[in-house]
Amino acid sequence: MREFDYKAPRTLREAISLLAKANGQARILAGGTDLIDQLRTRRRTAGLIIDGKTIPDLNRLDYAARRGLRVGAGVSCTSVGNFPAVKERYHAIQESCLLIGSVQIQNRAAVGGNFCNAAPSADTVPSFIVLGAKCVIAGPKGKREVLAEEFFAGPGRTVMAPDELLVEIVVPPPPKNSASHYLRFIPRAEMDIAVAGVASYVQLSPDGRCIAARIALASVAPTPVRAKEAEAVLIGKKITEKEIQEAGEKAVLAANPIDDVRGSIWYRKELVKVLTRRTLGECLATLGQKS
Amino acid sequence: MTTVAERKVIGKRATKVDALDRVTGKAVFGADFAMPGTLHGKVLRSPHPHAIIKKIDYSKALAVPGVKAVVTSADFPIAGAGTAGGELLINISDLRRLVVAEDKALFAGHPIAAVAATNPHIAEQALDLIQVDYEVLPPVENAIQGMQPQAPLLDSNRYTQSLGEKSSKPSNIATIHHLERGDVDKAFQECNVVIERRYETQMVHQGYIEPQACSALVDADGKITVWTTSQGSFNVKGQLVALLQLPQNMVKVVPLEIGGGFGGKIIVMLETLAVMLSKKSGRPVKMVMSREEVLKATGPGSPTYIKLKTGVKGDRLYAVEGEFIYDAGAFPGSPVGAGLNVALGPYKVENMRVKGYDVVTNKPRVQAYRAPGGTPAAYAMESQVDLMAEAMDMDPVEFRLRNGVQEGDLMANNQPFNRIGLKEVLERVKSHPSWNIPINGKYRGRGVASGFWTGAQLTSSAQVQVNADGTLSLMTGAVDLTGTRTTMQQICAEEFGVTPDKVHVSVGDTESVGYTDVSGGSRITYSMGTAVNRASQDAIAQMKQRAANQLKVNAEDIEFADGWFRVKGDPEKEVSFLELARTSRRGDGPIIGKGVVSKLAPAPEFAAHVVDVEVDPETGKVNVLNYTAFQDVGFAVNPTQVEGQMQGGASQGIGWALTEEYVWDKGILRNATLLDYRMPTALDLPMINTEIIEVPASDGPYGVRGVGEVPIVPPAGALANAVAKATGVRLYQLPMSPERVLKALRDKAKDKA
Amino acid sequence: MKVPLRFIVNSEPQELLVEPRQTLLEVLRDELGLTGTKEGCGNGNCGSCTVIMNGVSIVSCCTLGVEAEGKDVLTVEGLAQGGKLHPLQQAFIEGGAMQCGICTPGFLMSTKYLLDNNPHPTEQEIRLAIAGNLCRCTGYDKIVRSIMAVAQGSGG
Repeated sequence: MREFDYKAPRTLREAISLLAKANGQARILAGGTDLIDQLRTRRRTAGLIIDGKTIPDLNRLDYAARRGLRVGAGVSCTSVGNFPAVKERYHAIQESCLLIGSVQIQNRAAVGGNFCNAAPSADTVPSFIVLGAKCVIAGPKGKREVLAEEFFAGPGRTVMAPDELLVEIVVPPPPKNSASHYLRFIPRAEMDIAVAGVASYVQLSPDGRCIAARIALASVAPTPVRAKEAEAVLIGKKITEKEIQEAGEKAVLAANPIDDVRGSIWYRKELVKVLTRRTLGECLATLGQKS
Repeated sequence: MTTVAERKVIGKRATKVDALDRVTGKAVFGADFAMPGTLHGKVLRSPHPHAIIKKIDYSKALAVPGVKAVVTSADFPIAGAGTAGGELLINISDLRRLVVAEDKALFAGHPIAAVAATNPHIAEQALDLIQVDYEVLPPVENAIQGMQPQAPLLDSNRYTQSLGEKSSKPSNIATIHHLERGDVDKAFQECNVVIERRYETQMVHQGYIEPQACSALVDADGKITVWTTSQGSFNVKGQLVALLQLPQNMVKVVPLEIGGGFGGKIIVMLETLAVMLSKKSGRPVKMVMSREEVLKATGPGSPTYIKLKTGVKGDRLYAVEGEFIYDAGAFPGSPVGAGLNVALGPYKVENMRVKGYDVVTNKPRVQAYRAPGGTPAAYAMESQVDLMAEAMDMDPVEFRLRNGVQEGDLMANNQPFNRIGLKEVLERVKSHPSWNIPINGKYRGRGVASGFWTGAQLTSSAQVQVNADGTLSLMTGAVDLTGTRTTMQQICAEEFGVTPDKVHVSVGDTESVGYTDVSGGSRITYSMGTAVNRASQDAIAQMKQRAANQLKVNAEDIEFADGWFRVKGDPEKEVSFLELARTSRRGDGPIIGKGVVSKLAPAPEFAAHVVDVEVDPETGKVNVLNYTAFQDVGFAVNPTQVEGQMQGGASQGIGWALTEEYVWDKGILRNATLLDYRMPTALDLPMINTEIIEVPASDGPYGVRGVGEVPIVPPAGALANAVAKATGVRLYQLPMSPERVLKALRDKAKDKA
Repeated sequence: MKVPLRFIVNSEPQELLVEPRQTLLEVLRDELGLTGTKEGCGNGNCGSCTVIMNGVSIVSCCTLGVEAEGKDVLTVEGLAQGGKLHPLQQAFIEGGAMQCGICTPGFLMSTKYLLDNNPHPTEQEIRLAIAGNLCRCTGYDKIVRSIMAVAQGSGG
């Protein structure tokens, strides 16, 4: 690895100041499970590593009835996935967080890191997207919020400026009669990067019609994407097997995958159909409905 | 030979001798060893799969503070002649160009230069400052391409050897093997079922968890010591001697603990570079590979293209015609010959014509991988067998029984089999619940496959010293890969009639014990065990002579049992083992038994595996539900270790069949990490049940057979057969990745529509 | 440039000067001579570098040494207490759960973390907990059985 300096700031202000002074040469370190390997293999470079785990502002994990869930950028997947409010109300987030890598990886990998690494295959991202999450970004000019689905600019790139950092991700409290699930496909049972991943969110009216649906896809486009054509199939309808099939077919329209060592274009599109159907089915099952 | 019933120590489960070191983290593996003042070496590797090296300028690298030496091909002497290896051989002239590129880079990852510096980070940064001028050439990406007449040539001095003749033009086809028997063309005409198919498998890696590592020291008078994690210290020594043109007594190789080898740690990779760096810098040099280097630049298993045409007459496998193309990587020597033997091994075939092609390509040069050449060949043949059984409406186990070889039948090379246990193995399968309890459910299926491996014997040496207090010090030449120290301890204890704790086993270095070939090739328990047996018997013979002298009889009148040397027919005349042991201190000299083995007969290994799978028809994912490995081990000296070998080999075979493959992009490896080179995790496998069959081998003191290799041979065929049963679709390509399975399912649905 | 690092390793306080670019794995092995923790892949995909830091199992090759400042690290060398093996170490020996043994330290640490949090896991829970530890010699069978022996109480 090339040499770099390391700082562990205690406050957000200190971190922002260090970031600004580094002139684009600094990177924030969360869990390290992506960044350290990238530094070792020189896919990313940094003159200064700023540890995000020593800043209290980046490590909050709480839930309040009105504000919803707050996940600090430095909080590990294990902590998020096992947080009671997440287990009760945000199934897709729980599922995402507890299937990344291995136990050891989850113990370090932070949701914030998963976001900032901005791989198209990031497993946590689709779940936060379909649950309406917002990313809270801080920089020298202050804080701003960006919808999770608008946080990504391309493979490995976010919309943050070089002097900005991700503080936390906030997720509104889910309405009654809603459910969310995440599924991904990998060739082994654990450890792999998703060949494709789908998160679905469904909210039903008291008489069982779908009043909101959000579907987000991982690993099948340069960034995580919403499958809006698929969502349109569901909204306003009572979701039956027919709608689920059609949503699966339509979800492919949002996909623009590449061929790589993990899958071909054809296969990824097939998986989008399957995973969309299956996550929708799970949402309905959670809501006590049979499709 | 003692009977099984008479045996007291061998045949029982025994705790691993060196287990304590491993659970406490004290065992010293390659990367754990470092001499004081050691430098750290790193290798500059070619980024191009095929290029002429025009110029190397390392002056800037040498100027970096902390860098003490740089070596290139120019520092190496002209190598000697001969070959090196264990079950798979490489010419020394090729090995010389493999360890560091001479005039051409022949694969992406080929060593070009090496740097030694005071810490590994500095060494790594110095690599960036070595300037190399390459003339990039088009690569030979696979064997099929390499065989075309207009393909780029890796070596313009390489010609095809076939039936004792050399081709007129240079070629990437290094050798064509031929196996012929009977009249195969006529035979096919007499067959009532003929099936012809093509099979394809990908390059895979042994996947040992420990990357290659070594340390080397050339001291002031030129004596070279190398500490290395290798499967054979004498083998490494022989290679160093040949490559660096050194006298045998100036090289000492000390084995460190080895974190997995499976055939991939026999050829030197880093050792010659470490020695040359130490010579140039005057300091010890330690070199450790990264995982990326291991995947890109050590010795994987050959990708293959296999065409098989098999015919049945009545219920007999009557005719086999085949073409096996094996990709050797950058230098010749793929295990295609062994592959032919494995495919045909379990079957009586009267008529055959099989050709094997050894082809070079711009990929890392392959090494042995547990029954080298066997897995792809068996995948093809065992798939064919099931296709034939199905066409004849015959049970697949029954087909294998009816056509399976027995003692006296001919091997593919026309040597007759000595005592073997294939029939017993298949009979056990036939009556076993894993084969008979019905498997129910859509997209679930069960498959079976046989496996064969000859096993090597080679040379082994052992030495046992009887200490004055009656304890025993056993020194073996064989590197301990997985626990054979324990087995050797058991054998020695058995021979002396003592408890295992009285025997201390150590693995010698090349100066402390006699020449021993590599560990691997299924030969340790068989060959090394026989050496230990002979060493023990030799020591006992010496003690019998001392007893005879004391009791004033002839040595042949003495018998040894239960710790006493007695005169036959006059048991009052006796002297104890302990008393005789003490004589080693009182002027009669030490009692040292020597055992050397080099001419054992083959003890062939046969196995059959049964597997149940469930396939997800929407994603193509294959889940392994149940697995049972059946194997004839001759005699299980240590059943725990035997089971472990069967389970480990099976799991590697499952990975080979379902998830492991090298993915290439014009000669560059795209998946050089353990993230994307996917080996099975604990969550991917079920419990691997084992059934041990014991048909004693014809040679050796205990009926032991080699155990370690055949377990990797049947899994791919068994899984292909299971998937075919589960889905109605047969996969002709390995690995049977989810994408390939789904594609096959979709293609079948399309054909039906 | 080297920076100070103060942390506890196997109950002993350590004070070192390290480069920020040295991973925790490198610090443990090269600076402290604790070579029981192994490097198998360099990027968290094989688990042979697993250690427990502040009670949590992590892959030390993806952690910088400096991140361990003020923390409590347990490696395989710290499992046996007062000359007595940890029940897991004993179980691995008795169950034949090792062949070459290079992966064993990583498995022991992952398993200790599992049992500290879930003393009686099922076979599936065990397999999931150790899915991040690769073994190439054993096929995991005897490893899982050894862990089950401890989980069911018969292994100590």
